[in-house]
Amino acid sequence: MRRPALSGDLVSGAALAALGTYVVVQAHGWTYMGEDGPGPGFFPTWYGSVMVVLSLVLVVRSAFAPAATQAKPVRWREVGRAFTCWISFVACIALMGWIGFAASFALLTWFLMTFMARKPQRLAIPFALGGAVLFQVLFSTLLEVNLPNGVLF
Amino acid sequence: MDILSGLAHGFHVATTPAALGMCVLGVVLGTIIGVLPGLGPSATIAMLLPLTFKLEPAGAMIMLAGIYYGAKYGGSTTSILLNVPGENSSVVTCIDGYQMARKGRAGPALGMAAIASFIAGTFGVVALMLVAPPLAKLSLAFSSPEYFALMVMGLAMVVLLAGDSLLKALLAMLVGLWISSIGTDLFTATTRFAFGQVELLGGIEFIIVAIGVFAVGEVLGNIEPEEPPAMVPVPKGLRNLLPTLEDFKRCRFAFLNGSVVGFLIGVLPGAGSTIASFISYGIEKAVSRHPEEFGKGAIEGVAAPEGSNNAETGGALVPLLTLGIPGSSTTAILLAALILWGFKPGPLFIQDQPALFWGLVASMYIGNVLLLILNLPLVAVFAQLVRVPSYVIYPLILGVSLVGVYSEGSSVFDLGLLALFGLLGYGMRKLDYPTAPLVLGLVLGAPMERALRQSLMMSQGSLSILLRPIPATLLVAAALLLAIPLIRRLNAVRVQVLDREQGENP
Repeated sequence: MRRPALSGDLVSGAALAALGTYVVVQAHGWTYMGEDGPGPGFFPTWYGSVMVVLSLVLVVRSAFAPAATQAKPVRWREVGRAFTCWISFVACIALMGWIGFAASFALLTWFLMTFMARKPQRLAIPFALGGAVLFQVLFSTLLEVNLPNGVLF
Repeated sequence: MDILSGLAHGFHVATTPAALGMCVLGVVLGTIIGVLPGLGPSATIAMLLPLTFKLEPAGAMIMLAGIYYGAKYGGSTTSILLNVPGENSSVVTCIDGYQMARKGRAGPALGMAAIASFIAGTFGVVALMLVAPPLAKLSLAFSSPEYFALMVMGLAMVVLLAGDSLLKALLAMLVGLWISSIGTDLFTATTRFAFGQVELLGGIEFIIVAIGVFAVGEVLGNIEPEEPPAMVPVPKGLRNLLPTLEDFKRCRFAFLNGSVVGFLIGVLPGAGSTIASFISYGIEKAVSRHPEEFGKGAIEGVAAPEGSNNAETGGALVPLLTLGIPGSSTTAILLAALILWGFKPGPLFIQDQPALFWGLVASMYIGNVLLLILNLPLVAVFAQLVRVPSYVIYPLILGVSLVGVYSEGSSVFDLGLLALFGLLGYGMRKLDYPTAPLVLGLVLGAPMERALRQSLMMSQGSLSILLRPIPATLLVAAALLLAIPLIRRLNAVRVQVLDREQGENP
């Protein structure tokens, strides 16, 4: 018997099957049909069940698909760049509670320019500071939009 | 209010200085994001939506709609000069537009794209004005079962036309439905899928998902390094941009084809401007006296798809404003905008909000004229935007996304959700899951559940209420739509078997 290949479709199908199972199990704890009609468990039971069935079809189909029809190979270097950007974005959000919007956004911009775009510091630092000041003035001062304040400043 | 008096009222609304300013801002922003590859109208409208809450709704709607149709004008510029579609709907324009540019006819290609967009875009607005009011009157007979069936059909059409894999489109839509049911159930106050988080009791705001999936997801997807493609120079001077009389003669049918096909496809929820442009290109090639020239720089191959994707805008607004059914991710965000501003798009929308509806229609006439001006003499200026480096654009997109989400609820938890949905959007792109069904499932999920539960309450739990003529017809139509890929597959297998049998018994 052929060993199933580990593909994106297989992994995402399994994850969605798990999500569908969770939805159905949770919905089982809520009223399906009450005296006034359908309860809060009615709709999730149906879409959760359909999600389980369809995701299992995806899993089976991708596991036993011929190698030629498998998804294109993953370029891990590119994925790594996207994840690095995402982690810096998450770090920027986490820092906002401490150092506020302007400083954390400046750090995010500096990081993206220095490590993702590989620009020299004479470009990255002024651009990061200028961008943060522009955002602060435009949104907070001129448009009076509420921006996160930090504990430190 | 009849159509002429409605239109007069609309021009009164749309020609106020504030509304005109919003229209100019919208079409300029639309053209800019249309020219920039990788940043679409969905992401832009989603990012700007929270900032519109302080604006007067008619002006805000005029601006967001301007971004929507302005992006379609701008999308052709990069298709013709770079062979890179600025918008999905401009993919077809690359085929002949870039070939024309390579042959030294970039000017007439850009000019014809703008003129065809103007003619068909204006046709789309006229048709919207004529079709929407009677359709709204017809749908006044709708109650919960009809709405439920209509939403099922809308979703069925979207998943059918959303991408290469129906299975993945359906799964994306189901995830959208799940996200829509997170929070407190309005009928029974039961908490659903809140993971013990107080912040999730009120549900997840649509805007967080939309900005995360479209804007942040787009940045993550585009940040992988690429060599910038070489741009064909834009001819200077308006005279060099104008097509010849012979070009106009060749494009007579393309104007009509693009206008009619674009509008009709736009009315169908889920079809979208990309499909409209492909179909009108196909028709144009099929009826052309010179089909061999298509793909080598035929000017009709630019006029038909560009006209079609602009006429589609008027068509797409018909189901959005008269039935409350969005046909694409961008119109889903516009629907969410209307709901967030406190309006209820549907059969009563035109009757209850004449200033908003007719103001929008009138602004689209004005917007199309503005876009013709922007995209003929100023095209060279906008083309330079392609040179703006990504390291300038990406921090700006991320910053506006953060500001947009935080301004909505002043919650850092929401920013965490934004990052999570950004990752989801990136994952969906990488794994070829279409994002439009997720957004539409999210937008339609709560009203669809409400309509279904109200219907079943009306019938004491009996599904027979869905067998009334209108819902039954709509549900059968939805089932047939979902069955089309299955029928196609069975037919392909049948043809393969017949071919094999013929091969064995020649």
